[in-house]
Amino acid sequence: MFFDAAFWLPLAIMAPLTTALLLFLLPRRSGLLTVIGAAATIATVFLATLLVIQNGAARHTLGGWGAPLGIDLTADGLTVLMLALTAIVGAAITLYAHGYFTHPVHDATARTRYANFWPLWFFLWAALNALFLSGDVFNLYVTLELVSFAAVALTALAGKPAVLAAAMRYLLVGLLGSLFYLMGVVFLYGGFGVLDIAALGAVVTATPALAAAAALITVGLAMKTALFPLHFWLPPAHANATAPVSALLSALVIKGSFYILLRVWLGVLYPLGETIAPYLLMALGAAALLWGSLQAIRQTRLKLLVAYSTVAQIGYLFLLMPLLLAERNNLVALAGVVCFMLAHATAKASAFLSAGAIQLATGDDRLASLRGLMQIMPAPVAAFAMAGVSLVALPPSGGFVAKWFMLDATLASGYWVVALVIVAGGLMAAVYIMRVLAPLFRQVETVEARRVEHVPLSMNLSAFGLAVLAILLSFTGVYVLEILAIGAPWVTEAGL
Amino acid sequence: MSWENSLPLLIFLSSFAPGLVIFVLDEEQHTLRTVLNLFGAVAKLAMVGAMIVGLLEDKVYETRLPLLPGVDLVLRADPLSMLFITLSASLWMVTTLYAIGYLEHAPNRSRFFGFFSLCVSSTMGIALAGNPLTFLIFYEMLTICTYPLVVHRGTPQAMLGGRVYLIYTLTGGAVLLLAVVGLFVLAGPVEFTDGGALDAVAAGNADALRWLFLLFIGGLGVKAALVPLHGWLPRAMVAPAPVSALLHAVAVVKAGAFGIVRVIYDLYGVNLAHDLGVLDPLLIVACITVIVGSLFALNQDDLKKRLAYSTVSQVSYIIIGVATFGLLGSIGGLLHLVYQGIMKITLFFCAGNFAETLGIHKVSEMDGVGRRMPLTMAAFTIGAFGMIGAPPTVGFISKWFLGVGSLAAESGWVLAVLLTSSALNAAYFLPILHRGWFKPQQGEWPEEHSYGRLETHWMLLFPPAITGVLVILLGVFANMPTGLLQWVEILILREYRL
Repeated sequence: MFFDAAFWLPLAIMAPLTTALLLFLLPRRSGLLTVIGAAATIATVFLATLLVIQNGAARHTLGGWGAPLGIDLTADGLTVLMLALTAIVGAAITLYAHGYFTHPVHDATARTRYANFWPLWFFLWAALNALFLSGDVFNLYVTLELVSFAAVALTALAGKPAVLAAAMRYLLVGLLGSLFYLMGVVFLYGGFGVLDIAALGAVVTATPALAAAAALITVGLAMKTALFPLHFWLPPAHANATAPVSALLSALVIKGSFYILLRVWLGVLYPLGETIAPYLLMALGAAALLWGSLQAIRQTRLKLLVAYSTVAQIGYLFLLMPLLLAERNNLVALAGVVCFMLAHATAKASAFLSAGAIQLATGDDRLASLRGLMQIMPAPVAAFAMAGVSLVALPPSGGFVAKWFMLDATLASGYWVVALVIVAGGLMAAVYIMRVLAPLFRQVETVEARRVEHVPLSMNLSAFGLAVLAILLSFTGVYVLEILAIGAPWVTEAGL
Repeated sequence: MSWENSLPLLIFLSSFAPGLVIFVLDEEQHTLRTVLNLFGAVAKLAMVGAMIVGLLEDKVYETRLPLLPGVDLVLRADPLSMLFITLSASLWMVTTLYAIGYLEHAPNRSRFFGFFSLCVSSTMGIALAGNPLTFLIFYEMLTICTYPLVVHRGTPQAMLGGRVYLIYTLTGGAVLLLAVVGLFVLAGPVEFTDGGALDAVAAGNADALRWLFLLFIGGLGVKAALVPLHGWLPRAMVAPAPVSALLHAVAVVKAGAFGIVRVIYDLYGVNLAHDLGVLDPLLIVACITVIVGSLFALNQDDLKKRLAYSTVSQVSYIIIGVATFGLLGSIGGLLHLVYQGIMKITLFFCAGNFAETLGIHKVSEMDGVGRRMPLTMAAFTIGAFGMIGAPPTVGFISKWFLGVGSLAAESGWVLAVLLTSSALNAAYFLPILHRGWFKPQQGEWPEEHSYGRLETHWMLLFPPAITGVLVILLGVFANMPTGLLQWVEILILREYRL
């Protein structure tokens, strides 16, 4: 039993969920509870991951009721990669949040409000794990809503008027997106009578119902993933939230809705792969990349710059859609997209965490006031620089591995314009990253005069650790490809 | 992993690991930092020596780590990489000494020496890279690690120089990335092989290979400062003198030139490149660069800028050599890869000494400097004569081979280019020598420091003295057994598959 991955799948949801409930009930014990809860979640996720890697894809039928009636949890290679990513990034953010929210610069009311971070974050963790483990399109809807609610509440935690407006907008967009998605699911159910992805995948044909479902689902999820031109809600929300929340939103929450999009297109909507839809997504991806990068270059505030960088980098995720769908076993393209999610999650979380550390210490996040900070706060600066290397996708870094796969896939299929867009995106990323890094090298006369708040070790450690991870991901390309092949329904035979 | 197979990785780590440690050292831990620096440099030199001996006994040194599906991270010792790695390991040693003396009292020394070490590690990686992807990784790593060195002073000019440097090199890197991926898509995971690795795919893909060659040269040509991609180099002169010395002699510029050598000899193969007809256009570009670089150098009053344009010109001698199809020209090109490094580093050390000791930055301020700093001026003179190509310096040897090679390849016009260039070199170096030795001093030195009995700090004086002597010694004893010339001859015969 313990050596069956299926045993651990529900526990990967139950562990953070129980922790969240306990944190609601016993807020005074949050220190101990978060440590135990995070450790338990990480342990179950890694057991499940190892067992899936060893024994292949797993399926757990909750309460013994199988599909189509009951709820099935499924885990293949893609699932465990996302679970593990969430666990690692989540652990680092948990560590960071301990230092951040108890920092003496926050006044008493703020700290009381921040105490709500813990139950909300563990609830979000549970919802994300449930999302990645869901095997049918309706359960995906439920988990999508849960993720959204937790994310909106976390955004509002910052308490400033600007962030409340941003959170409200985020909530409305989230609701609208979920609604679109749900209508799409209705079309699927009406058209084909099942909700399980594997079952749907076996019966779908290119009917008008499928086309309607595809349109609704794609629009809804593109809204939630902030794909250009539906990205307008993201920068204010991500930039105004507290630093640990910004990191969670950019690194993990966005990936949740994109994950559903990927799953549903590859598993259910693939008969429409030859239509214009994937090309449209590709075009929007390219537009997102170029527009988002331009906006990031124009920003004068650090966190807004990082937020627009997310708008840009989301574009990469959509660039390969035609490749993924034209040949459903294009494992290289899929590896490009998945490696990109891993690299972006670690690097972007690190960028937001180090930006947060700088903002906390200096009380300011204007680019102009970064001058000479390198001598004063070397750790966050180094973390941001390494994360920047991965965001620009320079070798050696996880971002480079993703870019390699993407360029390999696009050039092999003759999409050389897309390859040029990918390269241009990297160069534009270099420009906005250097807008942050260059002032840090400026010599300032008054180094001694500049007073900054102390940044606790836990914050520096987590930002730095994630940045190192973003670099070390450069050695994982081979393994990601192997893990992705596990139980992937679209892989006929290892697609290489 | 056996000892032999971990040696290339250890050579990389011998400067990478100290570099990482140096980052976290306190500014004031002067001794520990120096010990780490010198320990790394000596250990690296010893390992390189052991490797050369081993290669002569036909041992194989190859570190292989899985990186991407089908492509490994390969670090491998071959005769060509030994050429580059011996040069950079020895000159790093000397430059480290120089940098310690130069930055004695400057701020941010930990940061400087940290990136300095990473920079050299990248150069080691470039030298030992066994396939295009590995080369690309270290090539880009070099770009990143050099930026903090270029902007080290943090002044507005330094920031501007750094920005221009990044715009050029990152764009070049992106083009190179396209070339590497394009080649991977076309030919699969190829590795650098003596005589070329693309024969199997050459048939039917001639045009694709020509386009890829253009991308490769476009990407590498930025760092090699081929005209018109050379614009960053004179601007990067704002860097501290040891950085300029390293940049011009062993690291950035040389990495570009070395990359072009790799692509022509070990990727395409010189025979295939000749058959594709891609060598002649490259030869023309290199000749233009040689002349244009020298012409620009004529008008520079800033000493380091003059030297920078001189580098633009001199590095393309290497390209002329490899783009001339023929044994002699190739030998000349590879010899110049090493010789240019030793000569140019001497000149930059001297320029740094003038600036640090007397505050001289301009050629017009150099009147009578030979009396005040005779040893430095002597080393500068040797370097300048080397650049002109006068015997018995090493510069003569390489120019001799290049000239004879161009005649053998029946492109006599290249000889004309070489002679013109020598004349131009003389035209911009001899006035400096004349001012330094024969003109009387004019007024006070701009900013004079006294260092006791010696003309300058001993750590600043020894490095150019050592490399200056080498410029002569290597020239006089060029053809000694197991010397550089013989090494290059063997190497070239293998590249031509003779």
